[in-house]
Amino acid sequence: MMFRLILFVAALTFLPLHMARASGGEAEPLVHQHWHFSGAFGTYDRAALQRGYKIYREVCASCHSMKQLSFRNLTDLGYNENQIKAIAGEYSVEDGPNEEGEMFERPARPSDSFPAPFANDKAAAYANGGALPPDLSLIIKARHHGSDYVYGLLTGYEEAPHDAHLLDGQYWNKYMPGHVIAMAPPLSDGQVAYEDGSPDTTQQYAADVVEFLTWAGDPHMETRKRTGLKAIMFLVVFAFVMYAVKRQIWSDVH
Amino acid sequence: MGSGERAEFKNPVVSWIDERLPVFSMMQQEYGVFPTPRNFNYFWNFGAIAMFMLVAMIATGIFLAMNYTPHVDMAFDSVERIDRDVNWGWMLRDIHMNGASFFFIAVYVHIFRGMYYGSYKKPRELLWILGVVIFLLMMATAFMGYVLPWGQMSYWGATVITNLFSAIPLVGDSIVTLLWGGFSIDNPTLNRFYALHYLMPFVIFAVVFLHVWALHICGSNNPTGIEPKGKQDTLPFHPYYTMKDTFGLLVFLVVFCVFVFYAPDYLGHPDNYKEANPLVTPPHIVPEWYFLPFYAILRAITFDVGIPGTEIVFISAKLGGVISMFGSIGLLLILPWLDTHPIRSARYRPKFRFFLIVFLVVFVMLGYIGSQPADATLFGAPLTLLGILSTTYYYGFFLVIIPWLNNTEKGKDLPKSIHDAVLEDAREAAKG
Ligand code: HEC
Ligand code: HEM
Repeated sequence: MMFRLILFVAALTFLPLHMARASGGEAEPLVHQHWHFSGAFGTYDRAALQRGYKIYREVCASCHSMKQLSFRNLTDLGYNENQIKAIAGEYSVEDGPNEEGEMFERPARPSDSFPAPFANDKAAAYANGGALPPDLSLIIKARHHGSDYVYGLLTGYEEAPHDAHLLDGQYWNKYMPGHVIAMAPPLSDGQVAYEDGSPDTTQQYAADVVEFLTWAGDPHMETRKRTGLKAIMFLVVFAFVMYAVKRQIWSDVH
Repeated sequence: MGSGERAEFKNPVVSWIDERLPVFSMMQQEYGVFPTPRNFNYFWNFGAIAMFMLVAMIATGIFLAMNYTPHVDMAFDSVERIDRDVNWGWMLRDIHMNGASFFFIAVYVHIFRGMYYGSYKKPRELLWILGVVIFLLMMATAFMGYVLPWGQMSYWGATVITNLFSAIPLVGDSIVTLLWGGFSIDNPTLNRFYALHYLMPFVIFAVVFLHVWALHICGSNNPTGIEPKGKQDTLPFHPYYTMKDTFGLLVFLVVFCVFVFYAPDYLGHPDNYKEANPLVTPPHIVPEWYFLPFYAILRAITFDVGIPGTEIVFISAKLGGVISMFGSIGLLLILPWLDTHPIRSARYRPKFRFFLIVFLVVFVMLGYIGSQPADATLFGAPLTLLGILSTTYYYGFFLVIIPWLNNTEKGKDLPKSIHDAVLEDAREAAKG
């Protein structure tokens, strides 16, 4: 009886919670992609991460910062220390003050965070017609079904319907809440040259950059899932043992 | 406590300490041989589970505090640092974040257990009241904790909730200024919330101590709701219930770990991964799930109370909402005096049982309503209407149905003793 009641309560609580989460936003329902990182055993695809980083670097980084990340984090993508030093060295960052009290420019080091494209939010918004390109470090976690959403957004540009009034610098996107977005379609076929033979298509670019952004927001996902598996296996075995112990102890009572 | 008889210990060190400070005797009496009804079901696990969660929250919280910076310019980034750079920081944070939710799950089940089996009735009124006090303290603690990461929902949730106090006549605005530490939510607010969030779990711990003390004065209730009459009705707490509680706790922890390790953000809101911005209001401000039923009651009152046809308003809609919300918890406090029916357990009160289960459904419904935008509909019905109906049932259950049942419900025949009830259950089970 009590067991049934517990199940009933659980179902009762879970359902509305789930309904509450599923609804939200008036934009088109998202198409769920199958990601390499989906599921209990999903991991990041290192090749996709590297391609995604290339897309971020060559396309998105001209408008979007990723201030939570440092070059040293790129070891997760499969780069070694020297490669990371080389990547960082392509950027220059302001440091100082030096002994004379002057600020100076120097090549970035692995310990530096990704340099932002604009000095501050005001400058970023000003350069983008008043719309602030959000920091992308956590963009996947900051949206419902973030990976599917950003993929949809990057591939979801459309001709605006006739009755829609778009201002200069505004575009129509079927997945953006409210449909109007102040980001020009950032990706187009053939825009970035891949070296590993992956297709140079908008879809491929979008999928790769989403893989990269998902990692950026959740860099410990693989450790998390692995640890979880161990923790749960331990608890399940321990629970079975305790159940046996409990039965044994209670056997003289029943 | 402690003034009772002392136990004998073989170990000389234990014995030496016990003669001077009888902590071992106390543990022995309160958790070793403590006579406990033999017929607990798994609902009786949740007190121990709640206790475990409280300790887990304090333990993870202390380590988080070592790495957290309570400043509006740095709080968000310091939390990200915990997630990214602090060794096992992501795990501490996921446990603490989901731990709050699971603590509430445990306590909600624990409270419902109390209502179902009439554990609030004489002589356990004070025990129950201490429980409600714990519940209130937990809500305050969780609310302040949610503000700390300084995300969008932190900031705007804090704005909505602290603004409620301005509805209180005369002193409202001063209270809000005091909570904020100024004239808007800003760094002083974050600082005081952090200080209080660190303090309150220890206050909860103290009240839990009183709660368990009170429990050990009158002893536990049980699924039959009749008091143990002798040795055949009870078992020593150890090993019977220590082992059973451990098993139940482990099962609970398995579910907990599924969330911590595989869906750590499922119960949270994506907006809290955006840094707080006083200039951008999120389209839809929602509190954490465990507040939703009360949030729905708060929002259910959308009308002023005054003299119809005039401009005179006694209670504004806002004040009305605040009163109903706090009142809904106040009702729990006086429940022992609302329900004076001599039978404790819903097992032997079919009518009470029916209305209580409807109450549960309504409560969950309120949670759903609280999660939705104010103008939402469900199967074509406006949710505001469902909100006011559900709130009416919530109040009606306590103020009309329960008193009515006091006088009208006859109830089933009670078994002669716990022992008899157990034997009866065994016979039923054998029959299939
Ligand atoms: C020319 C500058 C520019 C480039 C290049 C650019 N963006 Fe944007 N992006 C913006 C602006 C401006 C906004 C804000 C749009 C708005 O608020 O309407 C934005 C918004 C976004 C958003 C948030 C949408 C939302 O839900 O609010 C995402 C996600 C995004 N960009 C991803 C990308 C990715 C991925 C790339 C690289 C493939 C990229 N952007 C390249 C300017 C840019
Ligand atoms: C921090 C949160 C809490 C902790 C750690 C806690 C702990 C406990 C423990 C260990 C027990 C004995 C085991 C059991 O009966 O399950 C207990 C019993 C009880 N608790 Fe709590 N409790 C908490 C919150 C509450 C709340 C919020 C309420 C009610 C509003 C409550 C009401 C009761 C009652 C009535 C009993 C006696 C139950 C019975 O014997 O039937 N408790 N509590």
